[in-house]
Amino acid sequence: MLSIKNLHACVENKQILNGLNLEIKAGEVHAIMGPNGSGKSTLSQVLAGNEAFDVTAGEVTFNGDNLLDLATEERAREGIFLAFQYPVEIPGVSNLQFLRTSVNAMRKHHGIEDMNAAEFMKLAKEVSKQVDLDPAFLKRGVNEGFSGGEKKRNEVMQALLLQPKLAILDETDSGLDIDALKVVADGVNALRASDRAILMITHYQRLLDHIVPDYVHVLSEGKIIRSGGPELALELEAKGYGWLGIEDQAAANHG
Amino acid sequence: MATTDEEVRELIKREYEHGFVTEIESDTFEPGLNEDVIRRLSDLKQEPEFMLEWRLKAYRRWLEMDEPEWAHVDYPQVKFDDISYYSAPKRPEDMPQSLDEVDPELLKTYEKLGIPLHERAKLAGVAVDAVFDSVSVVTTFKEPLEKAGVIFCPISEALQKHPELVKKYLGSVVPVADNYYAALNSAVFSDGSFVYIPKGVRCPLELSTYFRINAANTGQFERTLIIADAGSYVSYLEGCTAPMRDENQLHAAVVELVLLDDAQIKYSTVQNWYPGDETGKGGIYNFVTKRAACIGKNSKVSWTQVETGSAITWKYPSCILRGDNSVGEFYSVALTHNYQQADTGTKMIHIGKNTSSTVISKGISAGRSSNAYRGLVKFNPGAEGARNFTQCDSLLIGDRCGAHTFPYIESKNKSAIVEHEATTSKVSDEQMFLCRQRGIEPEQAVSMIVNGFCKEVFKELPMEFAVEAGKLLEVSLEGSVG
Repeated sequence: MLSIKNLHACVENKQILNGLNLEIKAGEVHAIMGPNGSGKSTLSQVLAGNEAFDVTAGEVTFNGDNLLDLATEERAREGIFLAFQYPVEIPGVSNLQFLRTSVNAMRKHHGIEDMNAAEFMKLAKEVSKQVDLDPAFLKRGVNEGFSGGEKKRNEVMQALLLQPKLAILDETDSGLDIDALKVVADGVNALRASDRAILMITHYQRLLDHIVPDYVHVLSEGKIIRSGGPELALELEAKGYGWLGIEDQAAANHG
Repeated sequence: MATTDEEVRELIKREYEHGFVTEIESDTFEPGLNEDVIRRLSDLKQEPEFMLEWRLKAYRRWLEMDEPEWAHVDYPQVKFDDISYYSAPKRPEDMPQSLDEVDPELLKTYEKLGIPLHERAKLAGVAVDAVFDSVSVVTTFKEPLEKAGVIFCPISEALQKHPELVKKYLGSVVPVADNYYAALNSAVFSDGSFVYIPKGVRCPLELSTYFRINAANTGQFERTLIIADAGSYVSYLEGCTAPMRDENQLHAAVVELVLLDDAQIKYSTVQNWYPGDETGKGGIYNFVTKRAACIGKNSKVSWTQVETGSAITWKYPSCILRGDNSVGEFYSVALTHNYQQADTGTKMIHIGKNTSSTVISKGISAGRSSNAYRGLVKFNPGAEGARNFTQCDSLLIGDRCGAHTFPYIESKNKSAIVEHEATTSKVSDEQMFLCRQRGIEPEQAVSMIVNGFCKEVFKELPMEFAVEAGKLLEVSLEGSVG
């Protein structure tokens, strides 16, 4: 489904990704771990098409198409979804309006007619319950006054609503207490499907207790330096990054 | 982050959709202004003698006045002698008595504007007065209004049928020499709407006027006078468009609202005069004086405006809160794009006891435009217990536009309470990225973000106007992604 070859990318003239290779097939769940500044979030932004990042070399194909040729919104409509680490507020625009506009933009792309307001309301209520959000929040402005946990649950809720082919979760577990983490993990597990891939970016092993990945990759200085199964995450948890020759403050602190 | 800037620019480049010219035979005065022109105008309209005297007085005062230069706008001096002060569609008969008698070309024009008088009026239950160049063309729904005792007619007709009302109130809110453009308007106004709501009557329909400048080199000087008698209520809507022309056209209107005890007027405007092209060529100079006098106690006036048009806007719908407990409200969305310049805001003059006012202003700047809010809140010594709340928000799209805020507060009463809040924000790259990541077109994203920004004002608009206003913003923002 997703094939990344020798990807180099920079932001504000600072090189972040240095020849990253990764293959993801449908049905798989991949976790990317690594210390701060190793390029985890940059990878997610580049895949989603944030134009603040420049791809300087390499290629990315998504279901056979050259992903880098597509505009941000086209990638989204082809099924790439990014759950943001820090979702931005859009004051005055209700969640409901935002989500319906999004759903209808996707439907239009696939030649399906718009979902009407009543139909959409029903669907939105269902998925918000799935992540334990009070349907009343649908009427609030996008991310406006949301707590950290609400923002993360809102992101997962959108993934459930949009049913993407590839869901990229950028530190969706950070800042969550254990109950909220459980809710978010249940949401993500509900997304697992044979025709869908999930790419999780995380600092911590604890998320992987709830969402067990098929593959774990360690990112350092913009490259994947080691890949393995779920046991790799446990090893990192036990030993930190040092044994891989990486100095990491964050890993040392958080284990 | 170069990304969104370019997109916004692409998006903002949409053409003005009301820019057609109607091929219609017109009677137009040759350009130039002098006392003879005013006499001819007054004579043509068969006005009562007092009106001619009033116009001449205004003209003589105007000659002694100087064009104001304090506004935060920049434009070449208007050449008043190059303007024609009267243009009317030529008609086989006198004034048309019904829609069937209106020139079909003219009706087509209104249809292009999205105002098919027949259907729209009926469906919406809106009584429409349409002013084309200088004359009022048709007023719909006269009968149900007459039944309620409401007078809604061209002001030229009111001068003949109800001269005592016009004489009593015309200039009572905006005196002839109030300001340069008001004086000019008083001298040469050609038509406009007149409304009288009798005591205790709730106007059964929303009243509506559409203004259209068609003829070249013509100024439009309409005059609107609305009188809400004790305990009455009326909601009034106003819309405006003009063709695309390379030369600038002048629009200098005066609107006076009079409210007696317990009366209420809701006045909504969607202003979409031609703003000029993307290089700043052409467009309407919109120099307008709008003012409401709450002379009765417990009266309430609301100005709601959505301004997306005009090359230059100079406009401050104001409230004189004379009656005790009277309420003034001003809700405004002003959007400027390309080279448009707007200097707009309000004046809230608190005279009576326990008067209160609310100002919500939303300014949106895109392209290379300049958008200024200018507002005065004044408490006279007698304004015991008066209060004002002002919220003034600016939104910038791209990095080549400007937003300015000029608030003035004068308080001569210690018990008065004033609150002023102001914010400036930008349509951020992060907001755009979020929307686009969810599959939303950049253009639609900007429009959605701007609509959200304006929400507090849009909810004050009558339903069908709110829809129109949202669409208008969308069109006006095309090519603005940044």
